[in-house]
Amino acid sequence: MVIWDWEFAIKVLPDLFKAMRVTVAATFAGFGLALVIGLILALGRRASFKPLSLLSRGIIEFIRSTPLLIQLFFIFYALPLATGISLSAFQAGALGLGLHYGTYLSEVYRAGIDAIPRGQWEAATALNFSRLHTWTRIILPQAIPPIIPVMGNYLIAMFKETPLLSTITVVEMLQTAKIIGSEWYRYLEPFTIVGALFLLLSYPASVLVRRLELRLNQR
Amino acid sequence: MSVSQMSAALQTDAFAEQPIVRYRKVSKSFGDLQVIKEIDLNIAPGEKVAVIGPSGSGKTTLVRMLMTLERPSGGTIEVDGEMLWHKRVNGKLVPADEKHLQRVRCKIGMVFQQFNLFPHMNVLRNVTEAPVHVLGLSRAEAEERAREMLTKVGLADKLDAYPAKLSGGQQQRVAIARALVMRPKVMLFDEVTSALDPELVGEVLTVIKEIAAEGDMTMMLVTHEMDFAREVADRVIFIDNGEIMEQGPPWAIFGHPRHPRTRAFLSRFRKK
Repeated sequence: MVIWDWEFAIKVLPDLFKAMRVTVAATFAGFGLALVIGLILALGRRASFKPLSLLSRGIIEFIRSTPLLIQLFFIFYALPLATGISLSAFQAGALGLGLHYGTYLSEVYRAGIDAIPRGQWEAATALNFSRLHTWTRIILPQAIPPIIPVMGNYLIAMFKETPLLSTITVVEMLQTAKIIGSEWYRYLEPFTIVGALFLLLSYPASVLVRRLELRLNQR
Repeated sequence: MSVSQMSAALQTDAFAEQPIVRYRKVSKSFGDLQVIKEIDLNIAPGEKVAVIGPSGSGKTTLVRMLMTLERPSGGTIEVDGEMLWHKRVNGKLVPADEKHLQRVRCKIGMVFQQFNLFPHMNVLRNVTEAPVHVLGLSRAEAEERAREMLTKVGLADKLDAYPAKLSGGQQQRVAIARALVMRPKVMLFDEVTSALDPELVGEVLTVIKEIAAEGDMTMMLVTHEMDFAREVADRVIFIDNGEIMEQGPPWAIFGHPRHPRTRAFLSRFRKK
């Protein structure tokens, strides 16, 4: 029977902590990309120029209808062969997460933008603001604060999906645990610690998001 | 003299000058519903025109088309001698692009029923945002203009307040200052007191009357406040079913309405 070995657990902890940094970095890089891609897709979808709006819609539907894992494989293994663009495992992972979650965030942006009363657009027209000014100073500053909690939830969901990056050789927490396990033939401690570390980060984050939500609702 | 001859005569008298706003055969349909039916209307510089009529008669659509919030289905609108929705390219009329719209739109300002202040900006920012970013004024100049306007509407002490902290009447007065600060040639007021509690209507109407009394600004006022229309307007236009049924000076429309529908409409108001 395998029993928990504290000594071993403490020994592998530093390596796993180091890997946690990769996981967190991939999460934030991916999320940063998702925020930008999501906004672009949301704006593209609303474009009055029909081909652009159809294209955005197509991209959103396509990416949402295929698994993240396949997208990661495609970006890391197939894209270099098809285009000659070769990304590091980390870059490919962040891009995959960013694209995938960007399509979800585009819907979140859309909900935020749709919630702005028509009168705000009309006032902006009556005051003769340019389209850019209307978006950046009138619409988005009102549309984004209410959707921050939802975005926070996507951030946490994305964080928990980062182990998928181990499949394209990113040495994040799961990959590190697997390496340790195969080296020492002990899997219980590394995997348990990885799980605990995920919990340690995502639980406080979700509490934070809930608080934020409450505060926004009070306003 | 028939009703139409009468109104035509009145119109000719009032428009010896070049009109600042000219609607020509303007119509507007939403799907199958025609809300404006080939309306011709000239407004002289400095004229105050009250537009009255039952709800759904098209009076709001009439001013919204002038603010470029609604595109006419037919006809042309001219502002200060320039086509609003069209451009002349090689002698042919083509739909105006955004740049053209922006240039002509500068001459028009509007106050809305629902105020439509920007909730994320304080009063001063609400009023200075357009002068700074549209007219290109420096912040100091814009703030000076804004203070002047906010003093005029009696809100000089609310510069830092956010719209949510203001009463409806105060919000609407900020909205008036926000439109005035752009110094438009034509101001549109679209049922600006309809969303207000009765006790707040007076303060907003007083401000508008003061602006009207200054004389030089052209105004189109869509309103349900008949006493206000009588007091402020040079001309009252009664619209029903998307058509101008009757128009004339307030004393004529309110004192001696000729068209049976005008009479019916006004009698409903007296009973209220």
